[in-house]
Amino acid sequence: MGVGRSYSIALLGLNGYIVEVEADIGQTLPSFVLLGLPDASLNEAKERIRSAAQNSGIPLSRRKITANLIPASLPKRGSGFDLAITMAVLRAAGDIRSTEGTVFISELGLDGRLRPVRGILPAVMAAVQAGHPEIVVAQANAAEAELVPGAVVRGYKTLARLAFDFGANPQDLALDYEPADGDVAGDQDVGAAVAPDLCDVSGQGDARRALEVAAAGAHHVLLCGPPGAGKTMLAERLPGLLPDLGDREAMEVTAIHSLSAVHVDSVQLLRRPPFENPHHSATAAAIIGGGSGLPRPGAASRAHRGVLFLDEAPEYERRVLDALRQPLESGELVIHRSAGTAAYPARFQLVLAANPCPCGKATGRGVDCTCTPVMRRRYFGRMSGPLLDRVDIQLQVERVSLADFGQSGTEEDTATVAGRVQAARARQLERLGSLGMETNSQVPGRVLRGELRLPSATTKILDTSLERGILTARGYDRVLRLPRMLD
Amino acid sequence: MKAKDLLGRHGEKLAAGFLETQGMRIMDRNWRCPQGEIDIVALDGDTLVIAEVKTRRNLEYGHPFEAIGAAKLARLHRLALSWCRDHEVRAARRRVDVVGVIDDGVGEPQLEHLRGVG
Repeated sequence: MGVGRSYSIALLGLNGYIVEVEADIGQTLPSFVLLGLPDASLNEAKERIRSAAQNSGIPLSRRKITANLIPASLPKRGSGFDLAITMAVLRAAGDIRSTEGTVFISELGLDGRLRPVRGILPAVMAAVQAGHPEIVVAQANAAEAELVPGAVVRGYKTLARLAFDFGANPQDLALDYEPADGDVAGDQDVGAAVAPDLCDVSGQGDARRALEVAAAGAHHVLLCGPPGAGKTMLAERLPGLLPDLGDREAMEVTAIHSLSAVHVDSVQLLRRPPFENPHHSATAAAIIGGGSGLPRPGAASRAHRGVLFLDEAPEYERRVLDALRQPLESGELVIHRSAGTAAYPARFQLVLAANPCPCGKATGRGVDCTCTPVMRRRYFGRMSGPLLDRVDIQLQVERVSLADFGQSGTEEDTATVAGRVQAARARQLERLGSLGMETNSQVPGRVLRGELRLPSATTKILDTSLERGILTARGYDRVLRLPRMLD
Repeated sequence: MKAKDLLGRHGEKLAAGFLETQGMRIMDRNWRCPQGEIDIVALDGDTLVIAEVKTRRNLEYGHPFEAIGAAKLARLHRLALSWCRDHEVRAARRRVDVVGVIDDGVGEPQLEHLRGVG
């Protein structure tokens, strides 16, 4: 009797914070008060909890229940606190043994089933880090929660089963109730969608080479060429060339996808680099992340450790494109909204595709092009200098010639190229590992001009360009970075 | 008399007996005025107790306590004042109690007593 206590996790972006749930039962008329900055969906927990407990055969106390979520200053949202509150209340009534120390993350159904919630992976990571490795989740979330090293995860299907394990009187419990398995994520392969193969692309030797270099050095790419040249095909094949994600990276990527609506039931670690391909009508909030209340990750964060492909890049709003400059530099997006600030990682490889002009015919001699010079300038002007300055590889993709087209079927496939990329990554790690870096694109200018300095005869043309103001200092470093890739 | 009223009367009788075992002195039962009815008026030491009794056969329609809302509590407090005026009683302290009775007519009736609600 007295005060019941349990723990749950509040997520602010990808950062989770331990929330302590206290419950007290007062000797007065029945009511249920929830304190500690709950949002509307969390306040509805009271009704869900009452019904769920009733239908599980372990009804809540018929007195005044006060549940308090600590710290009160932290905004809490969503239904993931249902279970922690229930357990604290049942403990306060003396129906179950102590729940102290255990973290509960699950939504309750009215029938007493435990429902999966979004963002389990980052929540469990936070719990383990905070020193609470014992975690109870819905069965459907258990596989995802177990991905976290050090977590002691228990998955349950119903509240009755959980209460039984916590020592509730089994006499009235609805232990036989088995909710239909409809919403329990099975073993379907989330990442098993067949990736397009590079051998589908006819010709385009230069572009393929550029793509290979970009993949090896994690460089950003601008593909510029007429419609139908294969820009989109090439970009879609870039993720296939990238090596599998390491443990830490895979965890980061899975955590973001666990949080965003795309893969609510992602039960396995995402080992392949993600590919995000937003439409050019996308708003800044869709790309960067946002939404009312607490900001959610956008396409840039979902492309973390993978490829963000902006097809028809000049058709995007300039504001949207320029918003990408910050993550390109820092690999992180910090978004401020009324309910709080969220930081999402966004270290993606940017691939831009553009037509040479609005009508798309200004290629070769460009005789068919109907665009005025002003139109062309305005078209490319959408992609600002500071943005293009950060794109290492800018490539003209020409129309496929008949000769190349006829030859199709002889091109290298993804596996061959990916093998070479893998080898190149290994060489980079060898060269840069001692400096704490993995790929060429991460090498700071200081190192390029220091330890890895090229002979001055080689950099002469660059030095002249810098002096004349053709290149910016950042551009200079970018140019230095690329040849390190080609050798 | 309807069955539900009979049950109510039965519950009130049980409740009055229960309050007496708690050391209270019953002053009045089922006092009516235009504003409503007080089930039991009792004296607990120098405190005047206005007790509302709720009786149920089982929990199918919820616990008896759940039937007492904010409006009913406010009315009980008003009735307490009316009773005092009517009987020219000046109570040093006043409180409203609630007694819940669950009696399915088979087993032993269960009584729950909440002191000083609202």
